[in-house]
Amino acid sequence: MARWRQRLLSSACSSSSSSAAAPQALLRLASSALSRQSSSRGFAAAPDDTTPFVVDIPVPYAGHRCDPPEQRVETSAKELVDFFKVMYVMRRMEIAADSLYKAKFIRGFCHLYDGQEAVCVGMEAALTKEDAIITAYRDHCTHIGRGGTVLEVMAELMGRKSGCSLGKGGSMHMYNKEGNFYGGNGIVGAQTALGAGLAFAQKYNKQNAVSLALYGDGAANQGQLFEAMNISALWDLPVIFVCENNHYGMGTAEWRSAKSPEYYKRGDYVPGLKIDGMDVLAVKQGVRFAKEHALTKGPIVLEMDTYRYHGHSMSDPGSTYRTREEISGVRQERDPIERVRKLLLAKEIVTVADLKNLEKQAKAEVDEAVNQAKEGGQPETHELFTHVHVKGLKQLAYGPDRKEVIVPLP
Amino acid sequence: MLPGIVRSSSRHLPCRRSLTKWMSVRNLAAASGDQMTVRDALNSAIDEEMAADPKVFVMGEEVGEYQGAYKVTKGLLQKYGPDRVLDTPITEAGFTGIGVGAAFQGLKPIVEFMTFNFAMQAIDHIINSAAKTYYMSGGQISVPIVFRGPNGAAAGVGAQHSQCFAAWYGSCPGLKVVTPYSAEDARGLLKAAIRDPDPVVFLENELLYGENFPVSSQVRDPNFTLPIGKAKVEREGTDVTITAFSKMVGFALKAADELAKDGIKAEVINLRSIRPLDRETINASVRKTYRLVAVEEGWPQHGVCAEVCASVQEESFDYLDAPIERISGADIPMPYAANLERLALPQIEDIVRAAKRACYRSK
Repeated sequence: MARWRQRLLSSACSSSSSSAAAPQALLRLASSALSRQSSSRGFAAAPDDTTPFVVDIPVPYAGHRCDPPEQRVETSAKELVDFFKVMYVMRRMEIAADSLYKAKFIRGFCHLYDGQEAVCVGMEAALTKEDAIITAYRDHCTHIGRGGTVLEVMAELMGRKSGCSLGKGGSMHMYNKEGNFYGGNGIVGAQTALGAGLAFAQKYNKQNAVSLALYGDGAANQGQLFEAMNISALWDLPVIFVCENNHYGMGTAEWRSAKSPEYYKRGDYVPGLKIDGMDVLAVKQGVRFAKEHALTKGPIVLEMDTYRYHGHSMSDPGSTYRTREEISGVRQERDPIERVRKLLLAKEIVTVADLKNLEKQAKAEVDEAVNQAKEGGQPETHELFTHVHVKGLKQLAYGPDRKEVIVPLP
Repeated sequence: MLPGIVRSSSRHLPCRRSLTKWMSVRNLAAASGDQMTVRDALNSAIDEEMAADPKVFVMGEEVGEYQGAYKVTKGLLQKYGPDRVLDTPITEAGFTGIGVGAAFQGLKPIVEFMTFNFAMQAIDHIINSAAKTYYMSGGQISVPIVFRGPNGAAAGVGAQHSQCFAAWYGSCPGLKVVTPYSAEDARGLLKAAIRDPDPVVFLENELLYGENFPVSSQVRDPNFTLPIGKAKVEREGTDVTITAFSKMVGFALKAADELAKDGIKAEVINLRSIRPLDRETINASVRKTYRLVAVEEGWPQHGVCAEVCASVQEESFDYLDAPIERISGADIPMPYAANLERLALPQIEDIVRAAKRACYRSK
């Protein structure tokens, strides 16, 4: 178990010797870059420059029944700055949700994603809005990635009619049909079969698109996942099963729930790829590889090695089954936003002051959304009975007192 | 008979995080200054039955090291070890099937579902593997298993986490289905369920876990059990019968207080058992009051109240002075927004209004 905790910090897949060196190298570059900043402001690239350049991916991919992609990926100054911006907004949004929950603006369940931002942001860099995504209940940031706004997330969390689900869904049920985002699912594992279904329709409709079904290490043992994998492989469905392995299913560590926690291999006959989920560029490269595979060869499993800073939900302190040292260790060594920050500074794309400005803007954006959401009204009473059916057949639906509240369903 | 519980007014659904905001005032007739939460009642019941019978074991998600998602199994892993308190992966179909198989072999599993919503992944095993096997095997293979966990709505947990399953399980022959309300109910019915040789579906309520109830020394006795299949008259009355189960019992009692101010003496029946349903107690009450309000949190169509109504109109038709009233959850998936959620669930004023209608009183 001690070795397993060590692996969490070094983020090694199999051989860890090379991975320890890379962050150190980045840090050295960053610190030397910083010392240069004080004297001059000559930039290597302006922050909206789209000229591509290549970056190394330090943590090796691990392939199962497939040859992993290259350990280097193309990016640009603009892309990196965008990554930083959107991940930072996501981070601030989740932190704001924490405070709002404690202040009782948010009720029920609230599962936060901070620490895992690189997964949904990196994914989007390799996908289009033609591709479909479905996930479980840790969905606030995934919703943003699919084109949702912070305002509609905040409003939904606070049960306002301006929420993305009109206030009727809540934290676990955020959807965006236009953005091909299918939620937001509360029952562990259900989204994996649903995701295969999304892919089925894409193939049926001859769309040149893929579906990504996201699930956690907790869901990775669900029978329906294997049923979905079997059928996907049998019928050649363009589905990518993405295990966001944050190493804990609520309070249960992966080694206590899975005989084999090598989730990228669990597809057996379905190929798999393990990716450093804290490196947004590694995620981008991996998902791009997976999309091509899914469109040409069939389903594939991706395992994102990631981490959540918060507990399972706001009801879980997150510290009874893992140490504070582990949490702060990961934050120190592998934080996805910090990694991009260091890269941006090392490449002299931005200055420390520029980043501070971006951070300020992000905080302001989130604060503004929170304030606006707070001012939003609750759903109108008649919304109680809307959206039960598409075609209501004028069927009578009853409120708690069936003599008082009788509504023909619209 | 335990004294009626007087609750201070709380018109809001309790926030899930702050579990107990009810203030209870004990009736002076209660013998000792002894109180127990429903959570402790459940915990002590499981503990005592595990101590008494080595065949009893607990399995479910987070029941061991995490001390239970709602702390109902707190301390049990430390006391009985990992062979008897098993943390399962998040795989309800699998571990429920394993539990039923263990029961086939004569063990006595207590399978915890973190909520009964998740038990839908395992419902084939509950119905087809557990409920029907004794019958299908011509009496050879019994299934002494308990399926327990929170049922029904909590506060703000949305459509997929708020369903009441009492009616579904209650319709299935081969199952026994119980719904405790008080700490006494929780202790007595859980001990009875664990000792029962048949599969028992034990439907708790998350919002009741932290509630304190007075308990006598008799209730604390390790051999205290309550009979499955018997309802309890929580409060005697003469003018109208109100049936309820689980959290709605508290609402019904509060409604009875309100009605008393208007001179209506309501008799409140805590069903305690959905299957078998105590038709005798229900009908005896209606034959005394001539009026009935049946209350449940779940959906109305084919609900528990529908069966209560059917029983009363079949057996006590001539005694009824008014049509039977039903108060239930709204006919919709559970909305998240607080104002909509409140409108989707029975409130005390709904029960009061229905009782007055049954008594031909205007609002």
